[in-house]
Amino acid sequence: MSINVRGVSKSFAQFKALDDVSVDIATGSLTALLGPSGSGKSTLLRVIAGLDTADAGTVSIEGRDATAVPPQRRDVGFVFQHYAPFKHMTVYDNIAFGLRVRKIPKAQIRERVAELLGLVHLEKFASRYPAQLSGGQRQRMALARALAVRPRVLLLDEPFGALDAQVRKELRVWLRRLHDEMAVTTVIVTHDQEEAMEVADEIVVLHDGRVKQVGAPHEVYDHPADEWVMGFLGPVTRFGDRVVRPHDLEISLSAETDAIPATVVRITRLGFQTRVDLDVGGVPAYAQLSRDAADRLDLEPGTAVLVRHLDWVGAGVREGGRVD
Amino acid sequence: MADVDAPIAVGSQRRTVTRYSLRFVVLGYLAVLLAVPVGVVFYRSFRHGLGPVWSSLTTADARSAIYVTLIVAVAAVVLNTIFGVGAALLLVRKQFPGRRLLDVLVDLPQAVSPIVAGLALVLVYGKFGFFGGWLQRHGIQLIFSLPGMVMATAFVSLPLVVRAVAPVLAESGDEQEQAARTLGASGWQTFRRITLPSIRDALAYGVVLSLARSLGEYGAVTVVSGHVLGKTLTVTLFIDDRLENFDTTAAYSASALLALLAMASLLVSRRLRSRTRSVA
Repeated sequence: MSINVRGVSKSFAQFKALDDVSVDIATGSLTALLGPSGSGKSTLLRVIAGLDTADAGTVSIEGRDATAVPPQRRDVGFVFQHYAPFKHMTVYDNIAFGLRVRKIPKAQIRERVAELLGLVHLEKFASRYPAQLSGGQRQRMALARALAVRPRVLLLDEPFGALDAQVRKELRVWLRRLHDEMAVTTVIVTHDQEEAMEVADEIVVLHDGRVKQVGAPHEVYDHPADEWVMGFLGPVTRFGDRVVRPHDLEISLSAETDAIPATVVRITRLGFQTRVDLDVGGVPAYAQLSRDAADRLDLEPGTAVLVRHLDWVGAGVREGGRVD
Repeated sequence: MADVDAPIAVGSQRRTVTRYSLRFVVLGYLAVLLAVPVGVVFYRSFRHGLGPVWSSLTTADARSAIYVTLIVAVAAVVLNTIFGVGAALLLVRKQFPGRRLLDVLVDLPQAVSPIVAGLALVLVYGKFGFFGGWLQRHGIQLIFSLPGMVMATAFVSLPLVVRAVAPVLAESGDEQEQAARTLGASGWQTFRRITLPSIRDALAYGVVLSLARSLGEYGAVTVVSGHVLGKTLTVTLFIDDRLENFDTTAAYSASALLALLAMASLLVSRRLRSRTRSVA
């Protein structure tokens, strides 16, 4: 294990940002700390980096206790949410910073910076200042700056938060590829479940300063620890006494064994899928169908249908309870 | 149409009159208060040409006064630069008990009359003062000598660097400094490579302001200097001394010199301030 967080708690005045958090992050993995704002995910990242000190608990990096080690000796690369570019330095000088404070020979610095400029596709921007870069370029510069010193751990705080949707998607794919090439242990903080699912090998779901669940993206999506995690990771609807994913509801017109009768309330076509709002014994629910399936059924508001939950192991959560 | 236009024309005419009379009042005020007196000082100094000015500023006493002024001002500015940056960093970057108190104390010299500051220094460090007796027994004399004058001047110009630097520090935030730390920079490296460049213009502005203030300081220095001709007279005290001895040529010449220095530093500070603004 590359990073071991044990029983870490951290409060800011009255606010408990982290409450007895323990997490293990595997060497070479890409882990996402996922949670809504105020869940403590950024604080956890800053505690790992040494930028915040925990009130209680320990952090070890590559088997070495780092709890009392100052950030400059933790060997971590940190990319800030707003990149924290050194405004008075060129792109080249920004990337070279970590190497210069380590008193590395000039020729080696030049070589390493050139290598990184290539890696983040900023060769042509070496002599520009951060103010002359776009958001995406600034982000890549910050990443190159963090990677220049070959950190053992790369920490990214909402790395795509300040970018527009298109750039965000591109950079996400690029980051994943970069990680696969370099295999440096990477931890990324995000509030966007789609981003976490797409990029990460492992997701740590945080809520109110506590770890809710840890697992691979499909595990946490398909087997959420509780109703809150399920709702946070994807769409949910109520069905009978259960909370289920709307795309796991099947609508049919003929009677089937375990189906429940319902009435169609509304049909909304959303591109490749169709949302069907239902009235299940007086309780509203909705199902997501593929467009083909919806067309085949020829539904209209008022149609009486039978609804069945595609029940495979653990595909739902009993209301307010644990995994089935 | 004419009906609609007419009232607007009258209104704008009235506004023009108001505008011009306002300008006249403001400019007249500045002339009476500022331009005429300063102009007269220059006129009185230079009305017989450069010769008398030069000779009155090159006497042994005048040269000593200029020398003392420079020593005191530069020493005070150096002290205030180091302390000012440190205090600004403390005030902006750190949370500690007594932070608000320090914040108020820094502004105290601006509220307290300089003469009170000078008197306070005499009371504490003078011959019969709090520490003064002890210091005197160990052969250290602060009051009625240069160190005391430096202290008085530093006290008076203390807020200028702090107040120039603190807002820029607050605005630039500490993320760049944190980034530098994660990249392996020590505290000193972070300060020299990140913090200092980002406050450079504001710091220079504060330094120039406190230099101007230090060169012109009179009240605090007059109490602690002891007025030893040729030893502890600064230019301002020298002017006072010359006036009392009816040597108006020397007094006006020295005044003109101070005014010139003040104007030069004002020009420099204007330059620096516009640069600080454009960066921020």
